[in-house]
Amino acid sequence: VLTKLDPTSHWLAGQVAGIHLFTLAGGMTIGAAAVLLYHAIGRIAGVSGIFFTGMKEGGLWRWLFLGGIVVGAGLGAYLFPSLNIVSRPNPSIWILTVSRRLVGWGTRQGGGCTSGHGVCGLGRLAPRSLVAVLVFMAAGIFTASLLRHWLGVPA
Amino acid sequence: MKSNLSALAAGLLFGLGLMLSGMSNPGEVLSFLDWTGEWSPDLIGVLGSAVLVSLVGFQLARRKDKPWFEAEFPALPKKSIDRPLLFVFPTEVRNKGHFPSDQAATKLIWLALRNIAEKWKNPPISRHAAKAQPAIQFEERFMLSE
Repeated sequence: VLTKLDPTSHWLAGQVAGIHLFTLAGGMTIGAAAVLLYHAIGRIAGVSGIFFTGMKEGGLWRWLFLGGIVVGAGLGAYLFPSLNIVSRPNPSIWILTVSRRLVGWGTRQGGGCTSGHGVCGLGRLAPRSLVAVLVFMAAGIFTASLLRHWLGVPA
Repeated sequence: MKSNLSALAAGLLFGLGLMLSGMSNPGEVLSFLDWTGEWSPDLIGVLGSAVLVSLVGFQLARRKDKPWFEAEFPALPKKSIDRPLLFVFPTEVRNKGHFPSDQAATKLIWLALRNIAEKWKNPPISRHAAKAQPAIQFEERFMLSE
């Protein structure tokens, strides 16, 4: 049994070892940002929800937070140019139009996105968020694999 | 002022983290989602390390009765699993379709109230309080004999 499992465990070890240190540092920075927002003003750092409520009700802090994300990412790209790798897939306008609508609708339906459910919800130990993360990850994996491999859509 | 500044700081930190972790690169996210290509576990690493930090942070926050720069914690999103999370069509939209107007919905509630009122065993005082409201709204339906 062990010999059968070996290639898999080697592959897994390789994948884990291959995780860049910056990947973990970046993740911890994201977590710290969510914790900061909660400790400072008691808000959940759910990007889709903040954007949605910001569109509906406004609120300066919401737009400062959202603008900060854009500026912060730009600042990071400026400070660490070697990390600024963008291997952008080149989807057609149809794929973009349909998918962004699905993302917007889905995050409202599910009440959160990767940041709200993933980072904050899991941190708050919310069963709702665990379900949401598992469902949208599974759906994402299924869709990406289906479109790109089996249907050969260049997305 | 301090609230807005801290929101900006949190946003900057969030963006920096996204960029450092490589998650600002759509190709990187895709390399996790697409299992048929060159797979990379980086997204799990990012989410995992972020959750690790937020887990500690949110648990520490439970001991506080208010945030630093606000008078109190706002109502938090619920944690329980409900229908809209799992099902494609939200319940409220589906129910809204059956009622042409708000008044129609109120009428239905009033009729249902009349039906259950006959079986009520509560003291009359609560019954009257509940009945008073539709009596104002649908004045013409209350006859003197009732």
